[in-house]
Amino acid sequence: MAGLMSGFGCFTHAVVRAVPESLARDALRSGGLEVDLLKVQKEYEEYVSVLKHRLGLEVLELPADDALPDCVFVEDAAVVCGDTALVPRPGAPSRRRETEAVKAALTQLGLNIVEMSDESATLDGGDVLFTGREFFVGLSKRTNQRGAEILADAFKDYAVSTVPVRDALHLKSFCSMAGPGLIAIGSSEAAQKALKIMQQMSDHRYDKLTLPDDSAANCIYMNLPGKGDVLLHCTPEEFPESAKVFEKLKDHMLIPVTNQEKAKVDGGLTCCSVLINMKKKI
Amino acid sequence: MTTEVSSDGEVKKDEEKTPEDQQQTHTPAEAAQEKSASVEAESGQEACVSSPPAAGGQKKEKTISRFLPPWLKRQKSQSQDKPSDQESVELKQEQTDGGGEQTEEKKREEEAEEKKREEEAEEKKREEEAEETSVGSADTQPVREEKEGESELKEEQAVIPHEASVLSALKLNKKMKMVVCHVTLLDGSLFSCELEKRAKGQYLFFQVCEHLNLLEKDYFGLSFKDNAEQKCWLDPSKEIKRQIRNSQWQFTFSVKFYPLDPSQLTEDITRYLLCLQLRQDISSGRLPCSFVTHALLGSYTLQAELGDHDPDEHRLDYISDFQFAPNQTKELEEKVVELHKSHRGMTPAQSDAQFLENAKKLSMYGVDLHHAKDSDGVDIMLGVCANGLLIYKDRLRINRFAWPKILKISYKRSNFYIKIRPGEAEQFESTVGFKLPNHRAAKRVWKVCVEHHTFFRLVSPEQSTKTKFLTLGSKFRYSGRTQAQTRQASSLIDRPAPYFQRTSSKRLSRSLDGAPVVSVCDYSQAAGAGENGPPLELNSDSKSPQVEVVQEPDADAATSISSETAFETDGAGAPERKSKLRVQGENIYVRHSNLMLEDLDKTQEDVLKHQASISELKRSFMEATPEPRPSQWDKRLTGSPATTLRMQTQGVPQETPPRPGMDSRDASKSAEVKPEVNGQPEVVEVVEETVVIEEIVKPRSPAPEASVPMETECAAEVKEERSLSSDSDSEEEAEYHAQPPCTSISTQQIKEEPEEEQEAEHTQQAPPSETESQPITETAEPTLSAEEEKPAELPEEEEHTDEPLATPDEAPNGHAHHAEAPPTEEEEEPHIVNGSASRVEAEHLPQVICCSEPPVVKTEMVTISDTFAAQKTEISTKEVPIVHTETKTITYEAAQLDGHGEGEPGVLMTAQTITSESLCTTTTTHITKTLKGGLSETRIEKRIVITGDSDIDHDQALAQAIKEAKEQHPDMSVTRVVVHKETELAEDED
Repeated sequence: MAGLMSGFGCFTHAVVRAVPESLARDALRSGGLEVDLLKVQKEYEEYVSVLKHRLGLEVLELPADDALPDCVFVEDAAVVCGDTALVPRPGAPSRRRETEAVKAALTQLGLNIVEMSDESATLDGGDVLFTGREFFVGLSKRTNQRGAEILADAFKDYAVSTVPVRDALHLKSFCSMAGPGLIAIGSSEAAQKALKIMQQMSDHRYDKLTLPDDSAANCIYMNLPGKGDVLLHCTPEEFPESAKVFEKLKDHMLIPVTNQEKAKVDGGLTCCSVLINMKKKI
Repeated sequence: MTTEVSSDGEVKKDEEKTPEDQQQTHTPAEAAQEKSASVEAESGQEACVSSPPAAGGQKKEKTISRFLPPWLKRQKSQSQDKPSDQESVELKQEQTDGGGEQTEEKKREEEAEEKKREEEAEEKKREEEAEETSVGSADTQPVREEKEGESELKEEQAVIPHEASVLSALKLNKKMKMVVCHVTLLDGSLFSCELEKRAKGQYLFFQVCEHLNLLEKDYFGLSFKDNAEQKCWLDPSKEIKRQIRNSQWQFTFSVKFYPLDPSQLTEDITRYLLCLQLRQDISSGRLPCSFVTHALLGSYTLQAELGDHDPDEHRLDYISDFQFAPNQTKELEEKVVELHKSHRGMTPAQSDAQFLENAKKLSMYGVDLHHAKDSDGVDIMLGVCANGLLIYKDRLRINRFAWPKILKISYKRSNFYIKIRPGEAEQFESTVGFKLPNHRAAKRVWKVCVEHHTFFRLVSPEQSTKTKFLTLGSKFRYSGRTQAQTRQASSLIDRPAPYFQRTSSKRLSRSLDGAPVVSVCDYSQAAGAGENGPPLELNSDSKSPQVEVVQEPDADAATSISSETAFETDGAGAPERKSKLRVQGENIYVRHSNLMLEDLDKTQEDVLKHQASISELKRSFMEATPEPRPSQWDKRLTGSPATTLRMQTQGVPQETPPRPGMDSRDASKSAEVKPEVNGQPEVVEVVEETVVIEEIVKPRSPAPEASVPMETECAAEVKEERSLSSDSDSEEEAEYHAQPPCTSISTQQIKEEPEEEQEAEHTQQAPPSETESQPITETAEPTLSAEEEKPAELPEEEEHTDEPLATPDEAPNGHAHHAEAPPTEEEEEPHIVNGSASRVEAEHLPQVICCSEPPVVKTEMVTISDTFAAQKTEISTKEVPIVHTETKTITYEAAQLDGHGEGEPGVLMTAQTITSESLCTTTTTHITKTLKGGLSETRIEKRIVITGDSDIDHDQALAQAIKEAKEQHPDMSVTRVVVHKETELAEDED
């Protein structure tokens, strides 16, 4: 019997969404960089392939919507924990409608859907770090206190702590879980400060995996049957120093995944999928 | 202490009533005639006046209590209990005297006795004062004078005699009084046992544990609901009676420390009890869970209590009696059943263990939540748990202070502070402050922190601080075993697993549905009090008892000893002393405005004559059932009492040169004397209520850096302080230094924090006079409403407030009005009254009291005056309607005010007065800012006069006024509410 808070990193399904053609021109970005749509699409296909073929997840691919240039980043459109999916209200007005398709997909998967209907609340899934024991919610340009409150209400079992996020788009722009109790964190001052806050707020002890590059700290950890600890992380081409750090994780199955082009529109590895564990039905 | 007598008292009370009535009606008149001394005469007179029924006013008062803040309310209920207590005692006395008829002689005897007693009390008081060396004599002097004045006045109160009997009763009852108490157990059942009344908490707790066959008992505790319906833990090391005060002997057995890892508990029975607690927590919503978790935990509950799912026996409705969640849906029940099926073969003990394994992971497991505000006034929750202190805003955790991070926890008034260990990069310790709803709440959270820290983080509890002779602040420490110790102890448990019956949660859920048993009982108690009340209200005589009742809290306050700890340590001595003091307190607060006024203007002779005429009038009143009618004159009269008192106490010749303004006052008193009265516009059924809400805001805790210097600064003063408070253990503030577990026990000392002490000093230094005194003064307030009548006089009464701090000696009545009249005699007099009153309160109310007792002192002043009011229109001009007016002043006070401005009185920074008027209320706001010892203190005094006829819901208006005042200054605390009521009781239309 799966108890509460067991099986961190166990996933069976992934929801992804194809890259819209409008991404290159219209997707929100902080750097103002030119984006090569083809490269983005290639990265996306590689990503989906890893999930589907290499890891054997059931991948549910949603069609792109040109009216939603950022729709490939499905992470922001849903927070799934256990059997519950919170459908948030993204901070960027242009992205609000992204949730519709995602919600439909999650509903179809049989999750309990909680919608963030409060007009004053905003939350991007990219600001939500679930450690397996608790949630940290970054208060950023995209996520506000009210959004965090609603998340806390949706996942009552867990402590939900807020972390101010500055100098980055999302909380997970510079951190993520690299294993059970292991937080991958960037080296920037903002990242380190955020980590301090998280450590102070938590009743649990976390190890940290410090990466020279903030963006490299966004990785995907899974614990899959037959494969053990799996980590999708940045490629040495992108972040050579950080890649070396990942390579020191001997027990993990390490899978470098290219993310160079998506990074130009502030997309991280975690941004492109919503991972779900459906196997254990309780 | 009230409870003991009340049980028999209530029964007898009714019978008692009649004799008492008679007694009262007789005595006042007699007394009045016999007294030759002017003061005495006055007092007698007062008694006369006071006897007429005050039903209306008292009723009002009762109802008002609904709207008062909890701390006030609590006091209130205490006071309501009191009468029965005292009355019953009185009854005994009457019986011994022979049938309840008191002859004059008896009366006199009693008076004599009373005097003696008072003198003794005074003596004591003086001794105490003497101890307080640093107190300026100027301050104390008036107080004494006041007391003397009181003793003379005492005759007014038929009540006082009871005091003596109370004492004796207490003595008699001391021997092995047994009391039955009820403990609600975790399975919802009730455990009753008989206890010696003075038994400590421990005794009862052990009884319960024995009943439960529980060995690992350190995780559990007994709690009770205080009068504010707040859950309080019963301290095992202290007497139960001292802790529960007026509450019922109703307790709840519950988990106090939630073990971090229940699997480490040795016995299944302990785990079972923990499960029961958690089921309560979950179904009541205290422990929030997701749907899935509700279902999972519910399924383990079913497995533990029903065993394997039986498809034949267990249809879907078999669980509908269980409460798995606060809002249980059919869907949830289905899920529970589905999961239940999957637990096949699991034993009850295993199911419990599984239940706990999941429950312990919930983020709110074992978190004790307290409402608070942060430094910005934002609503937050403080969560005390095994690992430290958690700060929540709504559901979000916004901060966390692990025990190792916390150097010190303390509370001052309603503030709770934690001193934080500096981080790696930081140089200084920082202090974080939180504002709790009230002082008791602050203390409660502090205690819970002390206990949790000790239990979970220390290896063994701190050494008690008994060695310290004089300590300021609470001595409270956790005295039980720590988790480490209890684990060690339970590892030694060597007994076969005890058999125990798992009661069905069905039963549990039922008990949970309603209010906990305890609270129900509280209600019943309240109801009981209410029953007692009505007869009192109806009865004119009963009034005096009530007055006394009201005073009682004050008395508590009066005894600086009354701090909780002192109580506890004090054996039998305390009550006695207390009651003596109480007598004083009463006297102080009961006065008659008429008398005072007259005194002011007339020679003694005049006064006597006047009184005689009044008593005549009164008789006529009594014959004709009076109808309530208002007299504005009376209202104004109220202001005067102070004046007279002043004169008395000062020994000022009674003949004061009549002032121009005074005429009108006289008129108000007796229509006969002053024909002008007739000319007054008539007001029918006007009821005035005056509320003075004083709020004191202490600046937030000094900035961390600042605090250090402050500590050093005050160190010297601190010592003085201690000597001052010699026997009182101030619980107003306390600190607790968190010690890391590694520290050896010996090094864990509890330091008296200079900081605290400074605070304490601070309070004591607070200029006692003005603010506090005001309640009494209220009487003057009527002026506001009465303005129309005597615009000319107003300034006199109103002026004082403006510079309260600057002129501590004159306790301005606080009727903040802009006009600053030069201190004329009149003004001074009121001051004195106020001053003395305030002083009394202040003296007796060192902050000490606050913690242990509700920081409220309630005093009541009842004045009934006979007056010729203005004529009614229907009445021909010749006929002078007689209006009977009752004036009542009730003071609710937070105790932190200090009478003796010790040392620096503070520097007045600003003082302003704002007046605003609305439909039926006049609000005068008086704001003073003072600077003392680097801290600025802001006092806001609001004077709200509600004027209107009986159609107005005064209670509502009052409540509204209080509420508004609170809302306007959310970060301030209300330290005092004075309700001054003037109601016209009767009219004689002949």
